[in-house]
Amino acid sequence: MSDRTLDPDLLDVVIVGAGPAGLTAGIYCSRGRLRTVILERNMAGGQIALTELVENYPGFPEGISGLDLSDKMKSQAVQFGAELREIQAVTSLRREADGCYGVVTDQGVLRTKAVILAPGVEAKRSGIPGEAAFIGRGVSWCATCDGPLYRGRIVAVVGGGDSAVEEGLFLAKFADKVYLVHRRDELRAAPIAQERCFASPKFEFVWDSVPRKIDGEQMVEALEVENVKTGEMRRLPVNGVFIYIGQLPNTTWLKDIVDLDDQGYIVTDGHLRTRLPGVFACGDAHANPIKQIAMAVGEGALAAVQVQRYLDALDCALPGAASAAGGSAAAPA
Amino acid sequence: MDAVSQDDFEAEVIKTPGKVLVDFWAEWCGPCRMIGPVLEDLAVDYPGVKFVKLNVDEAPAVAQQFAVMNIPTILAFEGGELKQRIVGAMPKAKLVEELGAFLG
Repeated sequence: MSDRTLDPDLLDVVIVGAGPAGLTAGIYCSRGRLRTVILERNMAGGQIALTELVENYPGFPEGISGLDLSDKMKSQAVQFGAELREIQAVTSLRREADGCYGVVTDQGVLRTKAVILAPGVEAKRSGIPGEAAFIGRGVSWCATCDGPLYRGRIVAVVGGGDSAVEEGLFLAKFADKVYLVHRRDELRAAPIAQERCFASPKFEFVWDSVPRKIDGEQMVEALEVENVKTGEMRRLPVNGVFIYIGQLPNTTWLKDIVDLDDQGYIVTDGHLRTRLPGVFACGDAHANPIKQIAMAVGEGALAAVQVQRYLDALDCALPGAASAAGGSAAAPA
Repeated sequence: MDAVSQDDFEAEVIKTPGKVLVDFWAEWCGPCRMIGPVLEDLAVDYPGVKFVKLNVDEAPAVAQQFAVMNIPTILAFEGGELKQRIVGAMPKAKLVEELGAFLG
């Protein structure tokens, strides 16, 4: 407590990202009575806020809308005292002379003793001609945002994983037809989702094919695909293209700060520790084997417990830490 | 932020001589819930710009006319002429940066 008197703005923990991992960490940290701020560059919920229906998260046998689930997690974190700041992007993280951290955002710097990185992932772009030009005019990564605008139209979904198939099923509620374009001849999605799309009369599967070009005048009018086995080109007449070819971790800003693997995911030890003391990582941006809500939630809880332990050890060394904090706070003045 | 409809879009946006920002949104769109408050905030910061919102479910013809197929989409008009199109929700600072020239 004595260091807080010296620096009333010093937080116990800053959590970067308010998806399932960050919000769970927020629940545990605030119940542990840590002074907790959660920073979110967009809105709380992360990827699940864009998911129509979550069917594999325990406790909701009828399924729950992604937005409802993220709202519940958000209220749960906030009700125990975590402070959530949305629409605030973190741009950097620096270790200060006293061992505390400065979390730099587009609205200022937060000082904290520990940090939990849960920045999540975002959809990967294909980079094909027309993709960037038609964003908002037929090219989208969010079926739940845009699906109803495609009522009675024809769309293409690119990819063969869970996201592609589930978003395709959602789009099939509105669109007259859904082309599913996949570079292989079988899907990777969960078998139950595969069964549903195979049973849907609205799906046409375009196997062994990759997108080459998105075409149109004012809006998207066609997706050109190439069959990778035969080299044959095919022009699909579509009004919308939804691209689900994988994800990229939101870690560009962390490149020189913590260890990242060759895909950009944050590398930690088994206790979720990064190479910086007091900085932990969890959730989809962590180099873990599965990108699932249950995994993110488990890691968020573990990261919070690790922070508690780290702070307990830090408080034992308090006299030194306190004088160092006092010294550095005085320095800039 | 006032709502505009299919019927008064022409008068409230196209025939308005100054700068108008239109937020294309819908009830079912999660990210729209996020950009709404950001725009309410901007409207206070930039009283010289008229901020309005348009529900795409109730105004499909307007959405079609401006090729709005994904929401949230923000269209920036000046003197009835479309000057800028922004797609997707973003933090206030980013939005101000994107709209810099328009907001003046």
